Amino acid sequence: MSEALAQQLCIALIGNPNCGKTALFNALTGSRQKVANYPGVTVERKEGIFETPGGRRIHVLDLPGTYSLRARSPDEAITRDTVLGQLATEAAPDLVVCVADATNLRLTLRLVLELKKVGRPIVLALNMFDIAERRGIGIDMDALSRDLGIPVVSTVAVRRNGIAALLRQIDRLAPESGSNGPGGWREPSAEQVRSAHGDAQRILDACVTVPGHPDIWTRRLDRVVLHPVAGILILLAVLFLVFQAVFVWAAPAMELIATAFDALAVAAQAWLPQGMLRSLLTDGFISGVGSVLVFLPQIMILFFFINLMEDFGYMARAAFLMDRVIGGVGLHGRAFIPLLSSFACAVPGIMATRVINNRRDRLATIMVAPLMTCSARIPVYTLLIAAFVPHRSIAGFVNLQGLVMFGLYAAGIVSAFAVTFVFRKRVWRGASEPFIMELPAYKLPDPRNVLMGVLLRARIFLRRAGTVILAMMILIWFLSTVPGAPPGATDPAINYSFAGMIGHAVQPVLAPIGFNWQIAIALIPGMAAREVAVAALGTVYAVGGGEAGALGNTLAAHWSLATALALLAWYVFAPQCAATLGVVRRETNSWRWPAIMFVYMMVLAYTAAFIVYNVTTALGG
Amino acid sequence: MPPAGLVRSDAPGDEPCADIVQLGRGARGIRGTVVQVGAETGTVPDCIAAAELERLLLEIGFVEGAAIEILHEGFIRGDPIAVRLDDMRVALRRREADAILVRVAGGSTHAAGSES
Repeated sequence: MSEALAQQLCIALIGNPNCGKTALFNALTGSRQKVANYPGVTVERKEGIFETPGGRRIHVLDLPGTYSLRARSPDEAITRDTVLGQLATEAAPDLVVCVADATNLRLTLRLVLELKKVGRPIVLALNMFDIAERRGIGIDMDALSRDLGIPVVSTVAVRRNGIAALLRQIDRLAPESGSNGPGGWREPSAEQVRSAHGDAQRILDACVTVPGHPDIWTRRLDRVVLHPVAGILILLAVLFLVFQAVFVWAAPAMELIATAFDALAVAAQAWLPQGMLRSLLTDGFISGVGSVLVFLPQIMILFFFINLMEDFGYMARAAFLMDRVIGGVGLHGRAFIPLLSSFACAVPGIMATRVINNRRDRLATIMVAPLMTCSARIPVYTLLIAAFVPHRSIAGFVNLQGLVMFGLYAAGIVSAFAVTFVFRKRVWRGASEPFIMELPAYKLPDPRNVLMGVLLRARIFLRRAGTVILAMMILIWFLSTVPGAPPGATDPAINYSFAGMIGHAVQPVLAPIGFNWQIAIALIPGMAAREVAVAALGTVYAVGGGEAGALGNTLAAHWSLATALALLAWYVFAPQCAATLGVVRRETNSWRWPAIMFVYMMVLAYTAAFIVYNVTTALGG
Repeated sequence: MPPAGLVRSDAPGDEPCADIVQLGRGARGIRGTVVQVGAETGTVPDCIAAAELERLLLEIGFVEGAAIEILHEGFIRGDPIAVRLDDMRVALRRREADAILVRVAGGSTHAAGSES
């Protein structure tokens, strides 16, 4: 008896998109969740643990949403292979919990009929049962259970209603499970799908009564939200709000984190004896941790809005509105959120590509996100523009400095579209994915789920991307610090470091684009983050830190206009950001994509700087 | 020729039967019943194989006999479209919607604004 009770059970949650599956997963597991990737693919694996009243310890997998076991995307393939027990790294589930939106049963019933062919025990959870009741939808649960031949329970996951009944069914079915061998299922033909639809319709007719006026609110709201004019205005307002929030609201928290870690570094400096260890701990480790944590406010604010919009049902509408606008170059309608966020910072932007299910659409968006002018470029741009571009007006009203700034932003956007176009037309030739998407009924977001989603993203970022970024930061510190300056050295210490040696070594390669060895050196610590290049230039030119004005004057005295403009062009494209590469590594689950990103952006940067330098020189700059 | 208002004005008027239209060429507001999914329309896109598109459409609920209504259209060339499909709503591009033939219910071609 106790042996049977102690056994562990693996169950899998499966369901259509938007059925509240994740809410049910949260209700079952609470905070006992683990997120990783399935080996070799970019699909996120969400597992949780809970105990049933019967004392069983249950491992539960939250599978990607799907309408069918037939798979088109890697997400759907994972769902199919897990349910069938064909995944080498995954134990076949002992039990499948199929989650249904109780207000929209038709497609789930067909999925259940398909799942039954697999031959595993199934429980059907009719989720959002409260909304169905409120709308007057009558569901005869006993008849449904009899017709389907499986137990049926009603749940309201966001209020944890019905969880006990679901757990009872799991306990009841547990002894029957155990024969979790390979499942029997064959890809249905179109005719079989049709006949399953017929069966589902018959069951629906027998067990469910739908009132004449379904969901008037969704209809009314859609008439405004999807309106060709009003809808676009609302979308622009929403985008502006999100952009503003990520850009502005996050700033105080980011400053607080930066200040706190500066203070911590200063305190540590006072405690530790002078030497390499002190430098490693303060300039390497503490500032490295700080540079990871500083992304958290933007990531959390962005995912707060994304989860809110997903929960509310707006995300699908926004994708509908944007499909034609950015679809022409081969971007998915949902790519606008990641791309917009990338104007603040590419790191949360790339994490936000999670909203795009299709792998190629997602990769295309990830690859171009860093071309959006992020806020870390602004200090570099303002320094160089203030130092080299005359402060005067053209045609009486256009400020030349502002015009250059605008040009840099525009260059980023245009090149992002161009790069996507090339990726879609040249690299991934062949069929483009059809755009067929359910527009879910609107519903009030559940604060608990939104919050749990935000915390989940924060945890994933810290654990997975954070470690990569920290390692890179320490490597950059090492290159810029070791070996130290010899006694009696007069030049800044960085000249004697590996960064100094590399800078001098690569300078001949950078000469055709007008970069001197000082710039070449500054680019290496500048890999930590784009704005660090400003401080690094200050170090190389031995100009007191923080005084941008003084640094600007020094640069104006040492550089030609052509060099300055070439460096600006470089910064539009160059992958000068270790954190971005680290987060791409995490999101794509391989070093291949960050490597491709690094190379293509480097080539673009070099080409652009080369053209700008030579054209400006030819024009007498 | 189908009656005015049934088919978008820019669509070629070569429908075989007056009250059956390709969903991808339907005007906003038309209602009707799906009569064929995975139609060999000749316009089916370079995107994916027709048989694959047929199953994809079937799986999301476009099945013969389903009630359908074009609710909304995008602001660029009226694409994509949002349709009511039985008791759910689905968005899709007109290109893919062409594989769905709809028998338009008579007389209600301008019912776009009415509550159902």
